[in-house]
Amino acid sequence: MSRAGWVALAAALLGFPLVGGEYYINLASQIFIAAIFAASLNLLVGYGGLPSLGHASWLGLAAYISAWMSLKLGLAHWATAPLALLATTLVGCAFGWVSLRATGLGFLMLTLALSQVLWGTAYRWVSVTDGDNGLRGLTRPTPFGISLDDAASFYYFALAITAVAVWLMAVFVASPFGVALRGTRDQARRMSALGHDVWLIRWITFVYAAFWGAVSGLLFVYYNKYIHPASLSITASAEGLLAVIAGGSATLAGPIVGAVIVMILKNYVSGFIERWNMLLGFVFVFIVIFMPEGVVPGVRRLFGRGMRAWRSRR
Amino acid sequence: MAFTRRRFIQAAGLGASALGFPAIVRGQSGPIRVGLMTVKTGPLASGGIDMERALVQYLKERNYTMGGRKVDLFVGDSGGVPAQARTKIQELVERDRIHVMIGPLDTASALAADDYIRQAQLLTLSVAAAEDMTQRKPNPWFTRGTSTSSQSAQPLADYCAKTLKYKRMATIADDIAYGHEMCAGFQRVFEDAGGKIVQKLFSPLTVPDYGTYIAQLKTNVDGIFLGFAGSNGFRFFRQFNEYGLRGKIAVVGGMTAFDEAVLRNMGDEALGIVTSCWYSAEIENAINKRFVANFRVDWGYDPGFYAAATYVEAAVLEATLQALKGDIEDKPAFMKTVRAIKVDTARGPVSFDRYGNVVGSVYIRKVERKDGRLVNRVIHTYPNVSQFWTYKPEEFLKNPVYSRDWPPAKNLES
Amino acid sequence: MQYWIIQTLNSLALGGLLFLLAAGFSLIFGLMRIANLTHGSLYMLGAYVGISVLKYVPNLWLAAIIGGLVMALFGGLVERLILRPLAGNALGQVLVTLGISFIVADLCLIVWGGDPIPVPTPPALQQPILVGGVAFPTYRLVVLAIAVATALALYLLMDRTRIGAMIRAGVDDMQMARAVGIPVSRLFTAVFCLGAALAGAGGIIGGPIMSAYPGLDADMLPLALIVVMLGGVGSLLGAFVGSFLIGAIYTFGTALLPDLAYVILFLPMIVVIAFRPTGLFGRQSV
Repeated sequence: MSRAGWVALAAALLGFPLVGGEYYINLASQIFIAAIFAASLNLLVGYGGLPSLGHASWLGLAAYISAWMSLKLGLAHWATAPLALLATTLVGCAFGWVSLRATGLGFLMLTLALSQVLWGTAYRWVSVTDGDNGLRGLTRPTPFGISLDDAASFYYFALAITAVAVWLMAVFVASPFGVALRGTRDQARRMSALGHDVWLIRWITFVYAAFWGAVSGLLFVYYNKYIHPASLSITASAEGLLAVIAGGSATLAGPIVGAVIVMILKNYVSGFIERWNMLLGFVFVFIVIFMPEGVVPGVRRLFGRGMRAWRSRR
Repeated sequence: MAFTRRRFIQAAGLGASALGFPAIVRGQSGPIRVGLMTVKTGPLASGGIDMERALVQYLKERNYTMGGRKVDLFVGDSGGVPAQARTKIQELVERDRIHVMIGPLDTASALAADDYIRQAQLLTLSVAAAEDMTQRKPNPWFTRGTSTSSQSAQPLADYCAKTLKYKRMATIADDIAYGHEMCAGFQRVFEDAGGKIVQKLFSPLTVPDYGTYIAQLKTNVDGIFLGFAGSNGFRFFRQFNEYGLRGKIAVVGGMTAFDEAVLRNMGDEALGIVTSCWYSAEIENAINKRFVANFRVDWGYDPGFYAAATYVEAAVLEATLQALKGDIEDKPAFMKTVRAIKVDTARGPVSFDRYGNVVGSVYIRKVERKDGRLVNRVIHTYPNVSQFWTYKPEEFLKNPVYSRDWPPAKNLES
Repeated sequence: MQYWIIQTLNSLALGGLLFLLAAGFSLIFGLMRIANLTHGSLYMLGAYVGISVLKYVPNLWLAAIIGGLVMALFGGLVERLILRPLAGNALGQVLVTLGISFIVADLCLIVWGGDPIPVPTPPALQQPILVGGVAFPTYRLVVLAIAVATALALYLLMDRTRIGAMIRAGVDDMQMARAVGIPVSRLFTAVFCLGAALAGAGGIIGGPIMSAYPGLDADMLPLALIVVMLGGVGSLLGAFVGSFLIGAIYTFGTALLPDLAYVILFLPMIVVIAFRPTGLFGRQSV
């Protein structure tokens, strides 16, 4: 994108709360959370070629740990946030070790099974998770003494975190490590012949993705002030995967656009169309068939073709 | 822009729900905007769709007018996912600018929205049964005209102990808060009346097969209490029957286990089963007779728990609006009035305790065949049942909330 | 003692039901490398279609055959029209099947409503029979028998027929199968139809036990995944052993360790895959 494009995007994002109503500001905050979630999943799916169907584990786990530490241990946000991120990332280390026993669809099934174990634990371990009631009575943090309780301040908070998250994920992908990661996706055997430890590269990526999934989980629990086992369900993981694929995996903007599409379908369009579940299904079948590389590359391709046709006609 | 408007309104002492609504046109003008928070997709859709049908019927019968003002209805569908319910409630408040919400359907959604209801000062007439929202953590904007989880189970326990003379019973329910709370209330009252709960089973929500639980059931009990909701109870009972236990162990059911919505797909195996609920399509009063007759004309089946829930809440809303002459904008006055009101509804007379929970009749019902279909005939009425049963509220509230572990089960036999 | 007899029979009957569910999933996964996430939906749709068929043809077995054929047709269409254009895009195929499952679930809600609907047990099988002095539902033993018969039929199909040989060749080495002139394209459609038919018929045969209700799809799909991952993809023997293993683990596990009821099905699968990525009987890593 050109510099003017970036400036325009930044201005639009910064200015949005001044013009949008409260409902739309909140919707945008939720989109930011979904965008971090989808972008972190994309590290695995798009760049690593590792389709995870258990990424909701990280969102849910971080949210639960943070909520539990503040409710049951009475810790403040400055303590719960790093501890929750640390604990979730450590679990990510372990789950990564197990899941990466397989690749491809086997990896998908293992991540699914492990996330189901967390889901079942959240339902059943009532003394810690309060089961089906979920954990509630939570608060939002007050960074630098600023209350995040109104829609606009939370929006800016989420925007800032999202910007940092996307930037750090972009750095990761562009680094030599990111290049090696793509190598393991495309030419795993050659990479190992070249002396790369393919398994280790994948494992580090898994843990890094889990970390950013946990960041989205913290934002999620700050936003909702509530966490329920449903956030650990297959559906939650699947929605993230849909966002990645819909927007376009292995691109930076793709998952973010995908998150926008999913959130708008789920939260906005569903207010007008009764059969929004079916619509969601059709949209994904359509995208996968007609834009198999995702909306972002798909539109870019169509746009490029149109431009060429226009130029050649001239 | 948003900041200044917000500050202005807060300074004017009005709630956040007024955002986007120019202060000048507030006051008694325009229609009353009613939001229905329900579930129309996914596994809970059956009850959620009934909620909408009954509410629309009520509004049609009143020509969409309550307390002298027109009523606009806005419907939100959460798909049964709590975080989604919260988002949808925000949408109803911030985009559709509703004055009052009926719903949500399920406990988890009500809990997920608890702090938002407080923050937005959203007038709520709930269907969900979560106990603590009208007990240890009462929400000042929350009123419930249906019942808590255990409110119908406690009279049933009394009936089992005193009228049916059961001494030993087992319970089984879904392993979620609703099931825990129902079984706990049942156990407390049953054991206080001298009975013993000798077995408590909880099965996960997504259980492929109940065979393994049925095999564990004790057969040397006087009866078993089923605390299921929706399709799980239906499946459990069919399998229970399949194992030839139907004639051997008496079955009693909580308020949703043999609901009209489930009964219409059942057969003779359900005949004679005793359940308790704050409603039955068979209640003999003029309001209910008209409700049931019209509902049957429109949809071809008897209304059950969820349909009655919104029909009753709508009656509570209308009575309150009449008392206030349509002034729903004064929220504290609304809450004060609704909690002091006494109104005749399809479920019988209804009033509220100081925690915002209903006090009303609970019916002991028996499944019978009438005009070729199965119905829940009322065989006994417990009038003016409170969420605290006959316990003193202050003492009741000193105990922990009903759960898997409280009250402790002292009489279990292994 | 009686208790153990009943629980053993329970675990066998559940295993039989799981095999009917998982056999088709395993075939499709093994041959086509598609994790078919519509499998639960096919099972549910089969049950609902069976309920509608039963209104006109009051015979469960006939309804199962008709429902199976309808699902075979549906599966064939899905394979030809949707999955075929996505050949080579494994992740796209997984997602598209997920999208279809959303559509099917909503469709069932529209057509059959949200209330649970029973599938009546055939009258002759309604009375429980006495096994070693304890009452056990006759129908469940019949389901077990059907599962064993189906397993046998599938074994003969795979082992003794030309098409079976082709399928086995495809599962073992797809490129080689293509090279020796096996019509892989038609084979894919045939296998997908067969898998869908098995799932659909399974939905009806399981109906008297499970009933049909919204959410049945989401309840069944993970079970199929677990069985197949545990047993090994593309292996009929693996699906068979996996089904009964999971049936036993579930039945005895929830009875003996009720605290683990929610997670007990997933733990064995994780352990097995972590130490043997091919599953118990699979030849290829998944």
